[in-house]
This record gives sequence, structure tokens and C-alpha cells, in this order.
Amino acid sequence: MSYTLDQKQLDRIEEILKTDLIDNGVRCVFLIDMAGNIVTNLDNGEKQHDIYSLAALAAGNFGAVSAMAKIIGESEFSLLFHKGKKENIHFNKISSEFLLITIFGNDISLGFLRLKVSESVEQLKRILEALMTAHA
Amino acid sequence: MAFVNLKTKVIQVKIVYYGPGRGGKTTNLEYIYRKFQQRINSEMVTVKTHGDRTLFFDFLPFDIGMVNGYNIKIQLYTVPGQVKYNATRRLVLRGVDGVVFVADAMAVCRGKNMQSLENLQENLASYKKNLNALPWVLQYNKMDLLEQGIPLLPVEMLEQDLNREFHAPHFTASAVKGTNVAATLKKIISLTIASIKKELL
Repeated sequence: MSYTLDQKQLDRIEEILKTDLIDNGVRCVFLIDMAGNIVTNLDNGEKQHDIYSLAALAAGNFGAVSAMAKIIGESEFSLLFHKGKKENIHFNKISSEFLLITIFGNDISLGFLRLKVSESVEQLKRILEALMTAHA
Repeated sequence: MAFVNLKTKVIQVKIVYYGPGRGGKTTNLEYIYRKFQQRINSEMVTVKTHGDRTLFFDFLPFDIGMVNGYNIKIQLYTVPGQVKYNATRRLVLRGVDGVVFVADAMAVCRGKNMQSLENLQENLASYKKNLNALPWVLQYNKMDLLEQGIPLLPVEMLEQDLNREFHAPHFTASAVKGTNVAATLKKIISLTIASIKKELL
């Protein structure tokens, strides 16, 4: 099954990600599907990453962690966080098909980031769920 | 599951190389990476164990240019072939648009090929997909070993074992030498794009 997002939907998604995350100090944010495709990506212009590889690995990583969750009797771990010296990465599941990934520095607290991510996720859910129902 | 971005006019397509362990899936990707390096603007990503076997997957993205006004981004993946890594294989197959089944033509691998194809069908079924509806091609790899006197399976037998009910396109190949690696890739790309076009238009 293939799916399509039009300009209006993508503009709306980018607006949410920019206002909630990039404008609040997140370095880079991307929305991917579980197959590893990039739906949209935004950054603050400071650093360019190899986003296609990042998306493939992130989807794989999330899938691996979900399989681990099932082994220990959890239905899923809906968010993941990897801490580095300067850069941190945060994964948040939006729905069974989509994942939001943010890369941020130590100038933002994890609590604040999680709050902002969950606000964005709620808004993104509405756009993406409509899309998946339309294709189901 | 190809994703079509109408804003940037990009279509992302996922092609997975599947097959038994040590059959040459990673070698296919390594050859493609070397041969088409000038067109591939990112590194090949591999997640390997210490013994140089694929643990998770290899990943190689590249652009093939414009089709009907859309920029096509092909993303090649391999799966780990070893039997014990089935959970990982299933994960990599998620959202697959096309499959290359790399069979090992060595006579001793007959059973392993059939087992791996069966496993592919089971894993596709978990995503409600099947080989009758999905673009796929077979590659009978390691044909170069004949020169070294290693017994190989005749193509007719490989066809009978693996392709009898499907009649999918097949190629005899040597991933190490690069024979028919590009031809296999070209075929799966054209089949996959034709199928996505049909689905979307």
C-alpha cells in the first residue's frame, strides 16, 4: 500500500513542528513512518545530518525495542531517549504507523522537550489518523 | 509502502534483498555501492556482528532521477539471513515495495533456499502481502563458483524449487564479480515503479 500527503497536509505538519519544537530550541525534527520513509524533516539550519540513514535506523531501532517490549510483557514502549555528550535523540510514537524523532542539545531539559513533543503528537495524530483511515 | 510527498515531489521506494545466510545479499549492495558511487550521495549503513555477518540490515539509499515529474528515491535494504534472526527480518520487511530473493546456487544450499523462500512468504503474510501481488525477482547467485569446480544447482532445478508457481523474472549472477547485479537491480526497480504507478494513478 502506498500513501500520499498533499501540500496542505504537509504545510500544516511543518507548521506544528516548527512552532512547537524548532522555535523552542530543538535542532532537528523528523517525522517518519515505520517503514523508514521520511514524511517531513525540519532543522534549525545549524547542522545537516544524513536523514535517510537516520530514518532507516530509527525505524529499525524502534521496531527492535517494540519486540523487546513484547518479550517482557509490555504492549509497547511508546517513547525512547538516547543521551549523548552534546546531542540527544528522542523518539515518540504517534500511531502504529508513524514516529516523531527530535534531536536536541543540552540547553533544553528533557521534561520541557517531552511536554512539547506530546503537544505536537496530539496535533499530528489528528492529521495522520485521518490519512490512514482514508487509505484503509 | 511507498510514500509520495506531493510538496517536494519525492517518492520513497523500499526494496529488500532477502535470502538464506551467506547467500550474497550484502555483497550485492556492496557492489552497487562501489559501482554507482558517483550517484549515491550517502554512506552505506551496515549493522554487523563481530563475525562480519549482517545483524540487523544494510541500507543504501540513492536517487534514480525523475519519473512522471517525481524524484524517485530508492532505498535498498538487506535482511540478516541467519535463521535465528527472524524477528529482525520481519521488521525490515515492513512497508516493502519490492523484493530481490538472492538464492545460493551451491548444491549444498538447496534446502536453505527453499526454507528461506517459505520464511519470506510467512513474513510477508504477517503484513498481508504475498509474492503473487508484490513485485519480486530471483537472483541465482554464486554462478562463478562453477569455474572452481564447486557443484552448483542447475538453473532448471532452482526454477523448479523456487519459482514454479510464481514465474517471477530470474537472473543468474555473481555478486562478487558483479555479473548481473545491475541487471537484477534494474529489473526490480522497473517492476516496483510500474506497480506503484498502477496503484497511485
